[in-house]
Amino acid sequence: MSYLRGFYLLTITAAVLPLIFPDNYYVTVVGVTAALHAILAVSLNLLMGYAGQISLGHAGFFGIGAYASAILTTRYGWNPWPAILAGLGLTAVVAFTLARPILRLKGHYLAMATLGLGIIINIVLVQAGKFTGGPDGLGGIPSLSLFGWSVDSDLRWYIVIVSVLLVVVWLALNIINSRSGRALRALHGSEVAAEMMGINTTATKTGVFVLAALIASLAGSLFAYQQAFVSPDSFSFFFSIELVTMVVLGGMASTYGAIIGAIILTFLPELLVVFEDYEVMIFGAILMLMMIFLPQGLFVGLQHLLRRLTRDRRTAIDAAEAGESGRGAA
Amino acid sequence: MKIRKTVSMLAAGLLLSLAAAQTSAGDTIKVGTFLAVTGPASFLGDPELKTLQMYVEEVNAGGGVDGRQVELIHYDTGGNAKEAVNFAKRLIQKDKVDVIVGGSTTGTTLAVMPLVESSEMPFISLAGAVSIIRPVKKWTFKTPHTDAMAAAKIFGDMQRRGISKVALISGSGGFDKSGRAQSLELARQYGITMVADESYGAKDTDMTAQLAKIRDTDAQAILNFGFGTGPAIVTKNVRQLGITLPLYQSHGVASKKYIELAGDAAEGVRLPAAALLVAEQLPDSDPQKAVLLSYKNKFEAKYGDVSTFGGHAYDGLFMALEAIDRANSTDKAKVRDEIERTTGFVGTGGIFNMSPTDHLGLGINAFKMLEIKNGDWSIVQ
Repeated sequence: MSYLRGFYLLTITAAVLPLIFPDNYYVTVVGVTAALHAILAVSLNLLMGYAGQISLGHAGFFGIGAYASAILTTRYGWNPWPAILAGLGLTAVVAFTLARPILRLKGHYLAMATLGLGIIINIVLVQAGKFTGGPDGLGGIPSLSLFGWSVDSDLRWYIVIVSVLLVVVWLALNIINSRSGRALRALHGSEVAAEMMGINTTATKTGVFVLAALIASLAGSLFAYQQAFVSPDSFSFFFSIELVTMVVLGGMASTYGAIIGAIILTFLPELLVVFEDYEVMIFGAILMLMMIFLPQGLFVGLQHLLRRLTRDRRTAIDAAEAGESGRGAA
Repeated sequence: MKIRKTVSMLAAGLLLSLAAAQTSAGDTIKVGTFLAVTGPASFLGDPELKTLQMYVEEVNAGGGVDGRQVELIHYDTGGNAKEAVNFAKRLIQKDKVDVIVGGSTTGTTLAVMPLVESSEMPFISLAGAVSIIRPVKKWTFKTPHTDAMAAAKIFGDMQRRGISKVALISGSGGFDKSGRAQSLELARQYGITMVADESYGAKDTDMTAQLAKIRDTDAQAILNFGFGTGPAIVTKNVRQLGITLPLYQSHGVASKKYIELAGDAAEGVRLPAAALLVAEQLPDSDPQKAVLLSYKNKFEAKYGDVSTFGGHAYDGLFMALEAIDRANSTDKAKVRDEIERTTGFVGTGGIFNMSPTDHLGLGINAFKMLEIKNGDWSIVQ
């Protein structure tokens, strides 16, 4: 299956990296954050890149997952695994109920509605202090363990979160290359045309919205267990914007683009720290340059660039060969 | 193949960033810090960072600690808890610091505590909440006074004045809420009953409605736990309504800004605050006076108006460096033990006496009860 070839390479890269650098800060610490962001970006990309439905509230679902796990394990003594499921269940209910009214909107209105959703979830997290611990957050969250294998080191978290990322990528690739994936893209092109082709647009939109929310919720639960602490500012409106930036920067409608966007936005600030006060300025300049010169996103843009370079070289070679044979003939 | 190309690109990107990772090892003492230098809590992080930088420079100019130079590694969290965790990880795993002095806000401190504990890193926090040190965590210490101490100091003063019925009014921020909870909990121990418990929003510009309700109770004093502009508005409104009850504020308003905002209405208001604000007025016999004046003069010569927050960083830094000096090594377990053994350390916040059951080491006498007289602080004897 050709569309999975990139996936195999991604898997090998992800597996080899910790073998070469088992204790490298950039692999097992920043890498884990990048993988977590990649999970979120890939899920948001399904909704934004493929179905063309903007969401500025993705961090809200991430927050629901994180807080469901945090509250159930710390306040009610649940095992972490059923707490993840409970988070997924709650997210499914919220996303499904809201999908119909929200997805009826288009363009700016949809952006506004999802923005509002994200902000409301954040306000609830801040105000429901009795459960969520309020603005100071909630600590003492237990770690995951699997048949006695406790996920307690950075390397182990790398294994868990990267595995989840791979499963999510595999799932996304399969969805995109299936009938529903084609339906999503048709929807992106024109909703009316999609309906004319016999696609149930409402059901398709709702489906992808709920799926994206569920993946975000799962990522949230993992985040809570990994950090052992959650606070509302991790799930603010700004994080939603950051996720949208990852998708747009990497290249919309490309799963690998979303991953690259997530990796860049996670690593750049980490590497720019050495510039201290100028960090934010340089960061902004890099983003601006990328968007000016690669407006289709890094992934698609670089692909085009590579293709043009190889094509140019090939035509040059062809021309040279033609000249040679011409001289030979003369 | 299209996909292969992209994945090799992805791998190349990762390798590039790995190559950028460099490890440096030297014979310096590495003090790590993460502070809210920007963002809504920058009024905490900014003076803290300036203080740390100023004194690390001074210590190095004086030959360092045990002949070793001190290196300060700092990151700006912007007050964001997630960033704080990332930076704390970076300090511990990549920069391999010997001790961490930082965490301007309660949120960022609480966020890094699980990490600090599991990686066994001595950590001195600069944040306020009592939940940081209660229950005591093995590797975590802090230098700022807690809101519970402020409440206790206020109630002690009320008791002396024979006040037993108090009306509470507080804001909706984290500091306000924590202070309100501590006040309600502690009041009974001082024989004080709360006859009102009003609140206002962070952006409210008028609190006369809440204060009118308080006027109708039989309260003998008003206590306002808050931060920012709210307390100044409460102070003005109290006088506008002609309420003559004694008004108490918390250490949250212990800055000249409050007196400026509240103007004449602030006359007679009492509040607990660290001695730094009234350093000149302390009697010469006070052991803190020399330290306070030295810090205040150095800071003001270089940066302008001093705040108590920078003082917390001074206390944290020197407590850590003295512990390293006593331990004669940067072995983390030994440094931790020495921090816990800190006794009679004269800082800007008070005289610290740490113990295995107390990782703050300040009593409520570290607070001075101040009264605003003629637009300036004066110590209540």
